[in-house]
Amino acid sequence: MSSTGESSSSVLLSGNEAIAQGAREAGVGVATGYPGTPSTEILEALVRSDPDRDVYVEWSSNEKVAIDVALGAAIGGTRALVTMKHVGLNVASDTFMTAAYTGVRAGLVVVSADDPGMHSSQNEQDNRFVARFAGVPLLEPSDSAEARDLTVAAFEIAERFDTPVLLRTTTRIAHARALVSVRPARRPDRGGFRRDRPKYVMLPGFARQRRIVLLDRLAALAEYAETSPLQRVELGDLSVGVITSSIAYQYVREALPEASVLKLGLTHPLPARLIRDFCSRVERVLVVEELDPYLEDQIRALGIAVEGKRFFARAGELGPDSVRAGLRLAGAVAETAAPAAQQSPPTTPRPPLLCPGCPHVVPFLALRQLGAVVTGDIGCYTLAASAPLEAMDSCVAMGSSIGMAIGVRRSGGASAPVVAAIGDSTFMHAGIPALVDAVTNGTDLTVLILDNGTTAMTGGQAQPGTGSTIRGDPSTRIDLAALCLALGARSAEVVDPYDVAATHRALEKAVASSGVSVVITDRPCVEAPVKVRDTPFAVVAERCIACQLCMNLGCPSIVWDGGLYEGRRRVRIDASTCTGCAVCAQLCPTEAMVPLTGTAAGDGR
Amino acid sequence: MGARSGSVLVVGVGGQGVVLSSAVAADAARRCGFDVKQSEVHGMSQRGGVVTSHLRYGDAVHSPLIAAGEADAIVALEWNEALRALPALRPGGTLIVSVERILPPSAFLDRLHGALRYPPIAVDLLRGTVPDVRACDATAVAARAGDRRAMNTVLLGVLSRVMPFSETAWDDAIVANVPPKALGANRAAFAAGRALQADDARRALARLARSDEGGDARRAAASLEIVDAWCKGEMCGICVRSCPEYCLGFDAEATAVRVTRADACTACGLCELLCPDFAIVVHPAVPA
Repeated sequence: MSSTGESSSSVLLSGNEAIAQGAREAGVGVATGYPGTPSTEILEALVRSDPDRDVYVEWSSNEKVAIDVALGAAIGGTRALVTMKHVGLNVASDTFMTAAYTGVRAGLVVVSADDPGMHSSQNEQDNRFVARFAGVPLLEPSDSAEARDLTVAAFEIAERFDTPVLLRTTTRIAHARALVSVRPARRPDRGGFRRDRPKYVMLPGFARQRRIVLLDRLAALAEYAETSPLQRVELGDLSVGVITSSIAYQYVREALPEASVLKLGLTHPLPARLIRDFCSRVERVLVVEELDPYLEDQIRALGIAVEGKRFFARAGELGPDSVRAGLRLAGAVAETAAPAAQQSPPTTPRPPLLCPGCPHVVPFLALRQLGAVVTGDIGCYTLAASAPLEAMDSCVAMGSSIGMAIGVRRSGGASAPVVAAIGDSTFMHAGIPALVDAVTNGTDLTVLILDNGTTAMTGGQAQPGTGSTIRGDPSTRIDLAALCLALGARSAEVVDPYDVAATHRALEKAVASSGVSVVITDRPCVEAPVKVRDTPFAVVAERCIACQLCMNLGCPSIVWDGGLYEGRRRVRIDASTCTGCAVCAQLCPTEAMVPLTGTAAGDGR
Repeated sequence: MGARSGSVLVVGVGGQGVVLSSAVAADAARRCGFDVKQSEVHGMSQRGGVVTSHLRYGDAVHSPLIAAGEADAIVALEWNEALRALPALRPGGTLIVSVERILPPSAFLDRLHGALRYPPIAVDLLRGTVPDVRACDATAVAARAGDRRAMNTVLLGVLSRVMPFSETAWDDAIVANVPPKALGANRAAFAAGRALQADDARRALARLARSDEGGDARRAAASLEIVDAWCKGEMCGICVRSCPEYCLGFDAEATAVRVTRADACTACGLCELLCPDFAIVVHPAVPA
């Protein structure tokens, strides 16, 4: 915990920056990952902290590749870090589960950034169970300072016990900033590859031996967990004891400053004796944890009567309010009259939007008009499911669009054309095998690849179609059309999504053809890597007949304060946000949208 | 929290500079020897959504989030977001707000009536429940100071008058967090905000009131007259494709156009205008 005295030597770091800092201090040599909120900034911070390029850092094509690279690096003798969001670990789990058998040689730390509350995710799975499932140690920091400390500790534990270590954060750890005292980075050790086939070749005969090694290692880790400095007993008032970890610890300390707390930093394996001892000292034990009753169920299995999820929600993110409410419900804090909080007057909802000039808009406008069944995927374009585009019918997991489109098609349940809509980064991540499936099994299908050359949703990270690396170095750009044709697609038409008619025609043709037809919309994201700002457009008010056709784009730059026409709202373009994509101008039946020539981008009023 | 502690909630819309403002305030707190925690959510909120940043400082801070009704101050870069954030404010707390109106597309969904879904900007009314409202047109103040984009820093200047951080700490924090080329404008914006005495929002309020004239014309649904004999149906389909409200479709044989969503028709007349065969006449409903 930071105190006032040491703040002068401390810096404010987010949890993600603190993990990067810890990894540098631990002498990490290879760092990999796939972008995913809330994990993305770890590798970006690592690159910023390493101008001398001591560390090899890459955005991998997916999380499975990322963990493979990291495991290889660890076996090659250098410390390796791999970062991903919680659902990314599902993709990486094939390797993760067996890496627990092989062990690592140099330290391997796997960061899973969970997203309780689903701020930017499709589910809120609790990845603490994955550590238990795989049989690897699990570390959970409760703020940025601990994120740094536990990252350093994770590398040490990984090497001492020859195991991958799961470092699990949550959005509220990853994106909260706190004071961290930092030490200088260490240059990576390069221990060298040492051949050891029984350890690294998981043929059944060797794997059976390694299974025993894994179980013995878990027993040793359980012993270590009892005395590890990562576990902290804070004895105070003995009437209530709280067992907690991660961010929940902070809320508990805030609500119950006097209580006795067992704060666990190493939550797999659990320290049974330490927990028994703590519970024997206090009159009553509460377990406060976010999401599922991971600690509670295991502690109850030790035969200890504890209470937890009776008082604290299992769904969503915990916060200071919900933890206090739960403690009040449990009778652990006095019932106090809630302060008369301000009521919020009615407000306008402000859901996330596709940006002005977003190249994803027009293809979805076309799909809506074609009445297609659209299986969608993960990215900014998932927002096409909401008003006014309303042109996406499913979104489940990275790359699911194509396989699900095959399924909808084969179900015989769709009378309309079936189109899979997938971003370029997502296609590279997990779309390719599904396209192969459609081709080889002879499914008639249209695949729309929304190629914006970046990973826009997470802030514009490089990917195989970008043509550069995480450090901005030029690299080979994968040619999507050539790739799809090589995989056996009948056609792969590249269109400019700013050309409304061409995009319509391309999709119309594709859904009418047999075999796998691919349409690739090719336009860079307007926000990354460079902000695209062309001459903005303006509405000639007297031409606008207030038909609202342009409003179907959902463009944030088109607003309703241009006066009235026959009692209906005329539109105005906010020139300060308009990117000049000219899409609305192509839709407008009265040619009311014209380039704002001779005027600097201003407020447009 | 005790005397030497406090919390500030900064709110606004993606792209307005909420995160930078909060980072500057957090850095100023750190420079004054406080423990600091700050929390915001990235990701989807970058896409024109709501952005909030919690800042807590004190001798020792645990939670990175402010509990409901415990914020000492709210800094709102936008009016609608100020209202949304109100439950966070403690009784007697300060609301610093720019009378900025960023209309999301969800404000324009009622096309039939043209009713704008956005709360009225009523600073005086708000004072009834929040005594300490400090409203200004931060963008106008920032523009006068040199760069309208520094509106967030104007509000930090206003905030600086209610926070126990030294002017040096604020200035150092601005220097450390703002890109060098924007430093001059931000320093000027901060000074202008700090110097603001009374409300500086009257002109902005008048402008916003003017721009929102009209609309909310209650109208009944229109009726469409389609001459089947002249309509080419699916052979053409211009009206079906262009209807802004997706009101039109084809009959069973696809030889003529039919109204499929009569309730949504706004009588805009686009189908009538675009029909190459003069097969559609729109009859706006006659007010009863």
